[in-house]
Amino acid sequence: MEKVILDVADLTTKYITRFGEDIYAVDHVSLRVEDGKSLGIAGESGCGKSTLALSLMGYYFPPLHYTGGEIIIDGHNISGMKPDDVRKSILGREIAYIPQAAMNALNPTQKIIHFIEDVVQAHDPTTSKQEIYTMAKALFESLGLPAEVLQKYPVELSGGMKQRTVIAISVILRPQVLIADEPSSALDVTSQKMVIKMLRNLMDNGYIKAMIFITHELPLLYNVTDDIMVMYAGQIVERASSKEAVFDPLHPYSKGLMGSIIVPEEGLRDVKLAAIPGVPPNLKNPPPGCRFAPRCKFARAACTAASVPLRELENGRSYRCILSEEELREAYAREDRQHGR
Amino acid sequence: MAAERKLCLSGKGVTKVFGLGRNKTVAVDNVDFNFYEGEVISLVGESGSGKTTLAKMLLGLINPTEGEIYFQGEKRDLSSHRKKKEYWKSIQAIFQDPFSSFNIFNKIDTVLLDCIRMRGGGGLPYEQKVAMMTEACSFVNLKFAELTNKYPFELSGGQQQRLMIARIFLLKPKILLADEPTSMIDACSRATILDMLMQLRDEIGMTPIFITHDIGLAYYVSDTVYIMEKGKFVESGSADEVILRPKGAYTKRLINDVPKIYEEWDLSTV
Amino acid sequence: MKHLLQQISRSGKFVAGFSIFATILLIVLIYPLVVPDPPLEIIGQGTFFEPGIYVNVYDSISAPHYTLNLDEAAEQRIASRFKAEDREAMRGWLVGSGMPESEIDIANTAQLLDQWFANFDPTTRLPGMTNADRNYYIRLNNSIQGLLSTEAAVIAQMNAETAVLEETGTVPQTAYVNVNQVANVRVLPLGTDNFGRDVLTQLVRATGVSLQIGFVAGIIATVIGLALGLVSGYVGGLVDDVIMFITNLFIVIPSFVLLILISFSIGQEQRGAITIAVVIGFTSWVWTARAVRSQVISLRNRDHVNLSKLSGHSIAHIIIRDILPYIASYVIMALILQISSGILAEAGLSILGLGPKTTDVPTLGLMMNWAMIYQAHILGKWWAYFPIIVTIALIAFSMNLMNTGLDQVFNPALRD
Repeated sequence: MEKVILDVADLTTKYITRFGEDIYAVDHVSLRVEDGKSLGIAGESGCGKSTLALSLMGYYFPPLHYTGGEIIIDGHNISGMKPDDVRKSILGREIAYIPQAAMNALNPTQKIIHFIEDVVQAHDPTTSKQEIYTMAKALFESLGLPAEVLQKYPVELSGGMKQRTVIAISVILRPQVLIADEPSSALDVTSQKMVIKMLRNLMDNGYIKAMIFITHELPLLYNVTDDIMVMYAGQIVERASSKEAVFDPLHPYSKGLMGSIIVPEEGLRDVKLAAIPGVPPNLKNPPPGCRFAPRCKFARAACTAASVPLRELENGRSYRCILSEEELREAYAREDRQHGR
Repeated sequence: MAAERKLCLSGKGVTKVFGLGRNKTVAVDNVDFNFYEGEVISLVGESGSGKTTLAKMLLGLINPTEGEIYFQGEKRDLSSHRKKKEYWKSIQAIFQDPFSSFNIFNKIDTVLLDCIRMRGGGGLPYEQKVAMMTEACSFVNLKFAELTNKYPFELSGGQQQRLMIARIFLLKPKILLADEPTSMIDACSRATILDMLMQLRDEIGMTPIFITHDIGLAYYVSDTVYIMEKGKFVESGSADEVILRPKGAYTKRLINDVPKIYEEWDLSTV
Repeated sequence: MKHLLQQISRSGKFVAGFSIFATILLIVLIYPLVVPDPPLEIIGQGTFFEPGIYVNVYDSISAPHYTLNLDEAAEQRIASRFKAEDREAMRGWLVGSGMPESEIDIANTAQLLDQWFANFDPTTRLPGMTNADRNYYIRLNNSIQGLLSTEAAVIAQMNAETAVLEETGTVPQTAYVNVNQVANVRVLPLGTDNFGRDVLTQLVRATGVSLQIGFVAGIIATVIGLALGLVSGYVGGLVDDVIMFITNLFIVIPSFVLLILISFSIGQEQRGAITIAVVIGFTSWVWTARAVRSQVISLRNRDHVNLSKLSGHSIAHIIIRDILPYIASYVIMALILQISSGILAEAGLSILGLGPKTTDVPTLGLMMNWAMIYQAHILGKWWAYFPIIVTIALIAFSMNLMNTGLDQVFNPALRD
């Protein structure tokens, strides 16, 4: 078995609103990412996937608060560290984070090389500018970015180029884990593809050891990550390999989510898109038992009686449903027959 | 069937230029098009391709700098507010962001009553108006009784977009411009919205025109696809033809760059 | 709406600002009911009476007297009438007569007097002393003797027939009157100004008038700015160009200079408080117009406006129903700022002598103007200008605080 790079156990974080209400956006999430692996997180907006990304960094600021659980990066437990220590010794070195609008975070009055100098010198003040330049040039070239970018101002770069530059800067200290939250959603398809290619490149060439990729675009996730984890209302509802998750989902929610994928490929026009009725629950007071039960076609009384644990399958898959694998598959087959497919 | 095709919207040399002198940008560049009744049409383009500008011109919200737009084969006349009002009985729109599509100070009732008034039902007794609104809401699976006296922003994105469709249900236009109707709502609500639009199309016989950047969506919903690049149509034809067997380099690239799940997604081409 | 009010009431800054403002407003409204004197009535003969309680001397003689035997009374009496220059002069004499300077402490009244009586000799002529000096020292000595006298003061009345003073009573040094029993006592918490007018009464009235000026000016400026901004932003095209041309003209000419010119050309006689307010209003709408215009431009392309158009609504309907509510919060904040800057503009004009005419009503600016002309700041008569500065500052501060508070409510990005 490969070495576990990111090991998260029972991580729970909450938002405290201005009115003092608690919102548990990440509720007892456990996940492991092994060396060389990437994990995708899928789910509707508001399911807690972005909050999970923030929480994984171990750096909390109001209104987000840490309530419990552990985050272990390469054997090093970062949960419970002081925010300042996390900022100084974890962010950028152990774990790097790229938010959706990362490209807009670049100060327009500074050249790109300046940001890299900042990052490197914060880590090691003795590094000379010449060394940094050589280092940055090597990194950029190996990632397929022209070295001239270093001497340019952010406004001189296109959106896609800026986003790729930010990603390159974020890995300059060779963090173990990269968390990318919708890194390509604001870009056109071609730039998106370049960003994806670059992320794959980072993984393949060992610049980073593990990656967490968050997006609502399932076809993208399928093409980027090894595993996919589906979140619903702050909880993990399913984790499987990308292929299984997309083509053979077990949890009724994943089933609905995967059934709504639209791609411009032959045969799509004959497929009936799946729809999930209703809206996600309010996390201020989530429904008892299975949180998906109010929207689930197969819900029964037992679903809401007690909280449903995550079932672990032999091949490493897991899902959160009271129905067994066989029962679920049978229910899906029955559905298909009803729709005459 | 081809012989019976009736033109609903067409354009000749439609051009829109913004700004003057050095700031001049040609958003829509001399495009010709013929949209036929009964077809589902998609205008596909990336941001900046001019598709939204074209949509606004089709809606009569802005005037073309040059060229003419024809409605049902006749030159469109929008010279007065009265004529515009008349035109807008035939053409309506659904916008991308449901949260900014409604005036947050107006109640849902106001939104729907406006539609009844526009169809000439302003003088009807209130009970009858309520019956119409209830019918429209139930068409989109909403309960009017629960919505009355509420504000649109109290609903979820998907519900708001459905309310938007209820509006179209009441207005019964001949043409519906749907500008990215599903891009801001969650994937699992997308099918519901699309199904309702298609159902509405059958019910009131309107011609939907989708404006989208999502080539998969265009392929899924439409009969005819127009691909737009830098203000021009670079390729058009039936959905199968354009998307499965693209001819133009731009269309090929666009389709190539969208992630696939059934086939291998070739990352080497960028 | 209810939610909005709840949010506003939770904003500490707004509540603080509002409390200050409401207090000022309440004082302005209630004070005249308690003290109904006309604010510009000249009560003091002389300039700049210090703040304090003024007790009628005549009435206190006829008021019932009480005897209080207080130890420090005599010492305090001497100390208060023993002026600093007299003490200096005494030291001069003592040093001149050969006493070491280190032994003299002029602050210690008792010791100084002892030393004086031990050494002073009116016949001695110190070197370098003129006749006038000698006479001065003799007078000083006499007055000190008088101070130390423990005899009662005699109250005498002139007999109308004989023109002889007849003693009617005495006032011993231990006699006291109860202020409550004196018929005429006037409290002047802020003293009087250069004309002998009660500063506090005047200040309260001036605050009221200045607030009126601020409100009128602010409302005029906001209404003009809002109307022009809405039309210019929504209609666009040539209308926008024309309105913006005018607006830019007003921006290029500093509005204060314009204000001065207009104010000057109206002439002193025509300048009432409201006239000044109108003039201020007409010269300060420019920024509101520009800001409203840019807000409207960003709003007019919003989908909800497009939807309203598609619903066949008229331009007036769209402006009033679909645009105005969205900028209402901004306009309210602009109004608050306009009011506060209107008050400041009036103060600025009046200091320059271009304020409302001086015979009708006081304004904060006029009071500053008078204080400045009569050199209150040079003479150290702080009560004639400092309370006014504080009032102006408090009004501007409270309004800005309310504005910031509202900003935080309306603009969630600024919430902390």
